[in-house]
Amino acid sequence: MYSQKLLDHFRHPRNLGKIRNPNAWAQVGNPVCGDVMKIYLKIGKNPQGEETIKEVKFQTLGCAAAIAVSSVLTEMVKGKTLKEALEVKGTDIARQLGGLPPIKFHCSLLGQEALKKAIHQYRKKKDEKNKR
Amino acid sequence: MKRKAYLDWAATTPVYPQVIKAMTPFWRENFGNPSSLHRWGEKARKAVDESREKIAALLDVSPLEIIFTGTTTCADNLALQGIAEAKRYQGKILVSAVEHHAVLDVAKALARKGVKVAFVPVNRWGEVKMEFLEKEITRDTFLVSIMMANNEVGTIQPVNKISELIRRKEKELKTRIYFHTDAAAAVGWVEISPPKTGVDLLSLGAHKFGGPKGVGLLYKRQDVVLSPITFGGHHEFGLWPGTEPVPLIVGMAKALELTLREKEETKKRVEKLRDQLIEGMLALKGVTLTGHPQKRLPDIASFIVDGVEGEAMLLSLSDYGIAASSGSACSSGELKPSHVLLAMGIPPEKAHGSIRFSLGRETTEEEIRYVLRVFPKIIERLRGFQRGIKNV
Repeated sequence: MYSQKLLDHFRHPRNLGKIRNPNAWAQVGNPVCGDVMKIYLKIGKNPQGEETIKEVKFQTLGCAAAIAVSSVLTEMVKGKTLKEALEVKGTDIARQLGGLPPIKFHCSLLGQEALKKAIHQYRKKKDEKNKR
Repeated sequence: MKRKAYLDWAATTPVYPQVIKAMTPFWRENFGNPSSLHRWGEKARKAVDESREKIAALLDVSPLEIIFTGTTTCADNLALQGIAEAKRYQGKILVSAVEHHAVLDVAKALARKGVKVAFVPVNRWGEVKMEFLEKEITRDTFLVSIMMANNEVGTIQPVNKISELIRRKEKELKTRIYFHTDAAAAVGWVEISPPKTGVDLLSLGAHKFGGPKGVGLLYKRQDVVLSPITFGGHHEFGLWPGTEPVPLIVGMAKALELTLREKEETKKRVEKLRDQLIEGMLALKGVTLTGHPQKRLPDIASFIVDGVEGEAMLLSLSDYGIAASSGSACSSGELKPSHVLLAMGIPPEKAHGSIRFSLGRETTEEEIRYVLRVFPKIIERLRGFQRGIKNV
């Protein structure tokens, strides 16, 4: 059912845990559906002055696919600019995992959604700060 | 080498060596078609007839009441669809909310054809509510289908009480009401004999008790009027046409014989191991038993584990060489967790954390000890994945 790559991420999740003082975090999903994902971001600037994901961690309650999606997503976006990170789609995550069974595709969307929400939150917070 | 503990006997069982031996002559030596008139056919016919007689004797019924089918699912379809067809889809049937999909989905299909279907609710242990049956068995009811015991949580249904109620209702309402039971999970653990349980129809499948996959049967009391639902020959009284799977039928008869012969001894041994497993599991934090604490099958130990998803548990167990099963959404191939757990009033967020261990005649104490040693590590690790998530 699952690819070796996916099982590897389930068995050895990368970037598992939380960041103490994150610039942004977001929680998506709900326990009724069975999958909840929480993502933490530490955002900094690269030499070109673009906002970049310096550090990313996750915590997930869910099935093997949900855990592997969270794990691979953190690997995919670490070091990327926010703009690049927002371009990561569910299909990219699924491809990176060596494919997802159709019934599990929604798990990859959950990952995308969590990241988007965290980045939006970060930008909103920054806008508010700039206004003040 | 990895340790192995197969604790998914309710999914399927290994075939008895004696069963394989009994089946062997019917692949090449006596490979004939039971419908052929020559010597080859005759031998095959004799094997099928003898198997039917053996099974009938074991169940204490007439051989004319045994219809061989492909699986339990086929038998359930034949029973429900066949009776509804004979009734021209007029009237009402009652099925429990915790039936296997082999009954539940047939009932839903019949509803689309015009049959009135009432789903009998269960209490928190998974037992059908008798007051609902009392109220809902009405003048137009022609069939009640309630499983002998539940495959997911092991709860044994009060089948004798239900048949008594149905017989009383028949008299009161002056109508014939058939009682069908899916006994797939119950064979070898509880009394299934139709004269003793009062059922009119009973389905079972061989692979759940040490027989081969691909064969099952429907017991049908002779007075039950049933129309065929598939067509193509005279086989099995015209009710399940198609060339008989001779080796499988022989195997099923042998497996049933062995299972019922060893029943009391196996039951005692398995029950003890199951209790050991339940005790060890309940000692862990955030683990609760599902199903009835006493009125349950000797082979089923089913739980809810808080804060862990079922499929993640299964895969982790599998990494340790342990086979189990779960009613979580992700393991059922659906997006909703098990209908059985939901019907018992377990909220979906809890039901996602379900896990079922099922034991069998070859389960050892070592296997149980091994699981109890490994399981705390697994849940500790998986709970660690989500520490920090709120409202879980």
